[in-house]
Amino acid sequence: MTESLRGRTAIVGVAESDLGEVAPGTTPADLMGQAAVRALDDAGIELSEVDGLFAAGTQMMMGSLSLGEYLGINARYSDGSNTGGSSFEAHLHHAEAAIAAGLCDVALIAYGSTQRSLLKSGGVIPQEAPNPYEEPYSPMMPISAYALAASRHMHQYGTTREHLARVAVAAREWAVMNPVAWSRKPMSLEEALAAPMISDPLSVKDCCLLTDGGGAVVVTSAERAKDTKKSPVFVLGSGEAQSHLHISSMPDFTTTPAVQSGERAFEAAGLGIADIDVVELYDAFTINTLLFLEDLGFCGKGEAGAFVTDVGIGPGGGLPVNTNGGGLSYAHPGMYGLLLLVEAVRQIRGESGDRQVADCDVALVNGNGGFLSSQCTTILGSEATL
Amino acid sequence: MTTAGRIEESPRATFLAYAARGQLGYQVAKGSGRPVFFPRVTEPVTGDTDLEWRVSMGIGTVYATTTVRPRGDEPHNVSMVDLDEGFRMMSTVTGTAPDDVRVGQRVRLVMLPLGPDGAELPAFELLEEKS
Repeated sequence: MTESLRGRTAIVGVAESDLGEVAPGTTPADLMGQAAVRALDDAGIELSEVDGLFAAGTQMMMGSLSLGEYLGINARYSDGSNTGGSSFEAHLHHAEAAIAAGLCDVALIAYGSTQRSLLKSGGVIPQEAPNPYEEPYSPMMPISAYALAASRHMHQYGTTREHLARVAVAAREWAVMNPVAWSRKPMSLEEALAAPMISDPLSVKDCCLLTDGGGAVVVTSAERAKDTKKSPVFVLGSGEAQSHLHISSMPDFTTTPAVQSGERAFEAAGLGIADIDVVELYDAFTINTLLFLEDLGFCGKGEAGAFVTDVGIGPGGGLPVNTNGGGLSYAHPGMYGLLLLVEAVRQIRGESGDRQVADCDVALVNGNGGFLSSQCTTILGSEATL
Repeated sequence: MTTAGRIEESPRATFLAYAARGQLGYQVAKGSGRPVFFPRVTEPVTGDTDLEWRVSMGIGTVYATTTVRPRGDEPHNVSMVDLDEGFRMMSTVTGTAPDDVRVGQRVRLVMLPLGPDGAELPAFELLEEKS
């Protein structure tokens, strides 16, 4: 029997960096540094107290070193695990363990990306080396991987393009209420359905934004969290799972490892679906939201199309999902996972303004990495949930 | 689990040698009888190294499909194909409009010069077609 980590650590500071399109010449490390200082200020913790560094990125090989160099921190614990966009939920899991084991006291998890600016200036975002069993067929990655999964889900369960479009519309409805969201113009179902196709059955409105941005999260022990600026948000449970890297090795295109990561997180938290007040899912593509709602247990396999139609995931719907507007309408700076944690913490603190979910004590976050490859689930709760 | 010896010919090289002969090579683990694709040195899960090469009959079923529409370029098909021998691979279904390809359609192997320097690689066409 492993030692329970439930409630042993808390997130005490969160921040976004500049988002959208950042000033020319800004580096990913600038954004990490900016977000880190903002998050530490949010926590009321001095930079000098940070002794654990966690970072990953698409524009840096050695993220935790970059972060330490920028901030002048000689960390006694560092972790550059890269599971793609889910890295930051994985980092939080690892930080829980490291803090509980006394290997560090104040963990800083940070991310920064200037991918939008980079592409605009003719640059190229570094990718995983091409897979020789995929690359000759010219899939448009990562979109085509998710399109293939969507095609299978449609075939197997009767999911439609309208179901996908409903996910995009719900995300937009939330984004309209988020002052820092990139896409805030209201969008109808008809508009979403009329968008040009990129990799069938996914249209441009089924795909996430391509923005700059970053963020930071400060994590510490429940003990140290007693003396911080705001109410701590406790880490109740984490779960990681992975089943492949490249889409061609995904065992079942309609079922992701979120089945296992979710089970592990719920078990660690001692909670169930009915306890969740707000859900933040990594919506790089509309099909993600459907797959994760099913795999995490919010509805049965194949039923997410009906769920988003009948129950609803937008403002006023039965289950608030992606309340910041998500990767689809708020921000998607290459790896989006850290910003899921930021929104979940703000919802539990009651800081989400017009889009605040009432009586929000428990949030579920699901990070996705690769091509539905890595799933990391985190369940966070207010002090009342301990 | 058996021990892996020195790699004399890489799995990729063997695969390409089959392809150069117009064949789709794949591996089967002798112990478990399970097919393995992409080609590798050990069987996933068991770690066994008793992999032997076989030649696929080249008949399969479309498992998933997408029409890729690159800006300023003609659309093309990318499909996942389940071969009847029990393994799955990414490929393309050719000889028909890319968005006419449907999940569940039966397909057969054709070789196309898709590799570097025009090397022939496995692709597929609809079985019903040209009959």
